[in-house]
Amino acid sequence: MDNIAGKKSSLTWVLHLSVLALVLLWIFPTVGLLVSSFRTTDQIRSSGWWAALFPAVQNETLRSADPDESRVLRDDGLYMVSGNLYVVDGAVDTPEDVVAEISVWGTSSRNIDAYVPGDTADLGDGETMTVEANGDYVWIGNDAQISGRGQRVFVTAESPPEFTLQNYRNVLFDPDNREGMTRAFFNTLTVTIPATIIPILIAAFAAYALAWMEFPGRALLIAAIVALLVVPLQLALIPLLSLHNSIGIGKGYLGVWLAHTGFGLPLAIYLLRNYMVALPRDIIECAKVDGATDFQIFTKIILPLSFPALASFAIFQFLWTWNDLLVAMVFLIDSSGETTVMTRQIVELLGTRGGDWEILATSAFVSIAVPLVVFFTMQRYLVRGLLAGSVK
Amino acid sequence: MNPALQGLVTIIVGVGGCVAYFYFSNQILDKVLFPPRGPNAGRNINRAEAIRPWLFLFPAMAALGLYLAYPVFETIRLSVTDRDLGGAFVGGANYAQMFQEDKFWEAVRNNLLWLLVVPAMATAFGLLAAQLTDRIGWGNIAKSLIFMPMAISFVGAAVIFKLIYDARPEDVAQIGVLNAIYLQLGGDSPITWLTVPFWNNFFLMIVLIWIQTGFAMVILSAALRGIPEETVEAAIVDGANPFQIFFKIKVPQIAGTIVVVWTTITIVVLKVFDIVFAMTNGQWETQVLANYMYDKLFRSNDWGVGSASAMIIMLMVTPILVWNVYNARKEMR
Repeated sequence: MDNIAGKKSSLTWVLHLSVLALVLLWIFPTVGLLVSSFRTTDQIRSSGWWAALFPAVQNETLRSADPDESRVLRDDGLYMVSGNLYVVDGAVDTPEDVVAEISVWGTSSRNIDAYVPGDTADLGDGETMTVEANGDYVWIGNDAQISGRGQRVFVTAESPPEFTLQNYRNVLFDPDNREGMTRAFFNTLTVTIPATIIPILIAAFAAYALAWMEFPGRALLIAAIVALLVVPLQLALIPLLSLHNSIGIGKGYLGVWLAHTGFGLPLAIYLLRNYMVALPRDIIECAKVDGATDFQIFTKIILPLSFPALASFAIFQFLWTWNDLLVAMVFLIDSSGETTVMTRQIVELLGTRGGDWEILATSAFVSIAVPLVVFFTMQRYLVRGLLAGSVK
Repeated sequence: MNPALQGLVTIIVGVGGCVAYFYFSNQILDKVLFPPRGPNAGRNINRAEAIRPWLFLFPAMAALGLYLAYPVFETIRLSVTDRDLGGAFVGGANYAQMFQEDKFWEAVRNNLLWLLVVPAMATAFGLLAAQLTDRIGWGNIAKSLIFMPMAISFVGAAVIFKLIYDARPEDVAQIGVLNAIYLQLGGDSPITWLTVPFWNNFFLMIVLIWIQTGFAMVILSAALRGIPEETVEAAIVDGANPFQIFFKIKVPQIAGTIVVVWTTITIVVLKVFDIVFAMTNGQWETQVLANYMYDKLFRSNDWGVGSASAMIIMLMVTPILVWNVYNARKEMR
């Protein structure tokens, strides 16, 4: 018995570790995007996102303060400029905020690691430059040397992990940013909400009829719904677009709402019918005996009881319309681009800003965030819907 | 009108219209057309009951007919006519033209490749994840995280994986994980993975496998839970090892569900568009049918060939469609 128990515990460890490995493998890509969206352009360019969790070594070109404004005349007749390299050009405001640790520095682009912090560089003819590890510098020379532009200093610094919300500010709250996601976000929302609500109601009535009413041709209709479930919506693009154009809807929100309603109905009817048909027959028959009409049975009994199925479909339809690209491109987005949705905007950014990962990652995460919130809060209903919706 | 306001009005009109339609049509049926009183009360009730289902069904059937059934027939018609000739019947000319295009055969080949790889891999990973997470304490959290990509749009996933496949010049730090690992393992120079013909298809497929595994896992996990405990216990008593239990006892009992998962993912694969459109747009020999069709319809404005390729997709879906209908009917008896 002992060795069986021992064998079991080692197997359990293997099990836990392999599940952990699988989970890490699966969330790794998303985490990469999330981390990238909080990094600055320089950070993204200089290292992979996984390095963001560790101190980064960065090469930077910094410049001392403008000598004409800030130089002071010393007793020995030389001029001096002092301060902190990061305060003027870098991202920080006061020397206390400097977090970087300079490891090597230089004053020529050909020799950027000539000195260590604390060294004094001889720039010729008595002109000198001293740089400390935190970026404090002293630059001394005569009148001609300490003038014009500030002295360039090439530093190699190790900076601790640093995250910024600036990308989100740029993408979401900058009104001048023509590539921002704000408008696309609201357009997506405008597409999504009616396209989620309207099919539910239409489908619920039809599902009730298919589940609890007797009429000739019912089985045939159910079979037709199952068939329509898998008809590729690609087939519908051109016929419906010309239909929309000929009846004057054209490209616009009304068209995309109608299209999403039509495409969502088979799944909605199928899910709801399967759920309703499993409700106890007794309740419905009792209500009938008590004189309730079909309309009353539906609104007062079936609809409230079917809430879980309604929620399942609502989540499906929400995720599907929110994440949709094709239907929006065909039925909504016209040449003006005013009604662009987030998925389309991201595809466009992939084309025009292919290498600017801070923009891409942030934009993509803005569009992913809402479905993820819905997913984690309503997961129970989503799973239930999946189980009911896959044709058994 | 402001789109948000328009949306609100649409919700009110749509929902209000639906409720009003159902309410008043029932009222008219009961109060005006066939009132259940007077000399013909019995006959009227029967007639009202015969008509009512169609009142309930009408909006859904109208929408389905117009938005899904009609387009199928219209697409068939478009695929045998030529738009430039004013819609004249041209027989199989569009198909013949399509069959001569290399890009079409490339799309067919890639689609078949997708059909072979993605459902198999997603189902296999899903089964693995379902089995592994079945009996452990934090299994639900693990499942939830593996399931998460289902909520992410194809376009979002395309961005996520483009970051992974990113390639930078040799002398700067790689920011794409794949190239970083590749160089770490001794590769000579970074590879732009999405431009390597043939193999790039697999890099695109990984995206869909990543998304669909969660779906397969959820369904198969429920099926595994439904296996009668006695069968597993009997196998243990008979001395079966865990692998035998899994492959010889559990898998055969959930074979039906595996087929369902497989066919459902197959349908998704046949319609795959966004991933290819966003990541390569069919360049470097990664074309698939759905993107080929989009190209024909909206870039070359060739409705005939576009519709013909849509019919090819429909043709590939049809066996699954028939199979589903057959099963659904069998279940209802």
